[in-house]
Amino acid sequence: MSYAVEVVVMNKRSARDPEGETIHRHLVLRKGYGQVKGVRVGKYLLFRVDAGSPREALSIVRELVEKLRIYNPVVHDVEVRLRAEGSGPQVPGD
Amino acid sequence: MPRVAVLKFPGTNCDGDVAWAARRSAGLDARVVWHAELRAGEWDAIVIPGGFSYGDWLRAGAIAAQTRAMEIVAEEAEQGVPVLGICNGFQILVEAGLLPGAFLGNTSGRFVCRWVRLVVERPRGPWLLLLRDGQVLSMPVAHAEGRYFIDGEGLRGLERRPLLRYADGYNPNGSIGDIAGVATEDGSVLGLMPHPERAAEPELIPRGFSPDGQLIFRSLAEALRRGW
Repeated sequence: MSYAVEVVVMNKRSARDPEGETIHRHLVLRKGYGQVKGVRVGKYLLFRVDAGSPREALSIVRELVEKLRIYNPVVHDVEVRLRAEGSGPQVPGD
Repeated sequence: MPRVAVLKFPGTNCDGDVAWAARRSAGLDARVVWHAELRAGEWDAIVIPGGFSYGDWLRAGAIAAQTRAMEIVAEEAEQGVPVLGICNGFQILVEAGLLPGAFLGNTSGRFVCRWVRLVVERPRGPWLLLLRDGQVLSMPVAHAEGRYFIDGEGLRGLERRPLLRYADGYNPNGSIGDIAGVATEDGSVLGLMPHPERAAEPELIPRGFSPDGQLIFRSLAEALRRGW
């Protein structure tokens, strides 16, 4: 069975994100969306993984994200999560 | 004559300039070495020059940091072989964990290419041998991901190390603590964003600046001659 595993990499709160700040201030707020209190831009990676279970697929990606430094813990927070089948963008192997 | 490896990854483009500057300003036998051909025990020093590496996908230097060549560089550094990372080379050293911190895109969101002034702090080791504490150097920077970042505790930890900081008003990228260069405590591994090889010949220096990049290469030559 293969699973789609999503990885989202964001700057830590303590590291400024000028792209997100600019989108927020000069696009979102300027166009009247005052309800939006903040914007952060990050990087999204989608892994297609052969594994025996969703849990195994997650643990493979969690391991490689650390070992291969897909994110830099000094400056990034990372989120690894399973994607519901049939939703979201496609990846080679789908 | 001391032998210096100038390491080349796919996308490195300052290797020729570094080898030239090291030869011309300090008489070093500097040679460009393709990363897959780097061998342990053959070099008196290793320079990782600037440019790009593997398209700088993921993050600048992140992919080169995972190569066999960088394992060798880490082993050589452990043995006390001097290692210098310039620009992308500095990013690779940080991504490989040989130096602390991380790099983010410049605060301006733009590539920046300009001359800056740097202040030397606690010069130690082979790369800063001829420099004194508080000395001001000029060199150009050219980068898009040069914003050095480290948390508060990490920043305080840097206070024990040799450092290069952008002088007042010269921080081109938003680096925390105006950090332009960081070394190991003994100074044997140094990374810096500015390009010493572009500041090594008087003919190429704009008015008001000086060819201080020479001092880095001359320091190494002197250190390899008489120790440090």
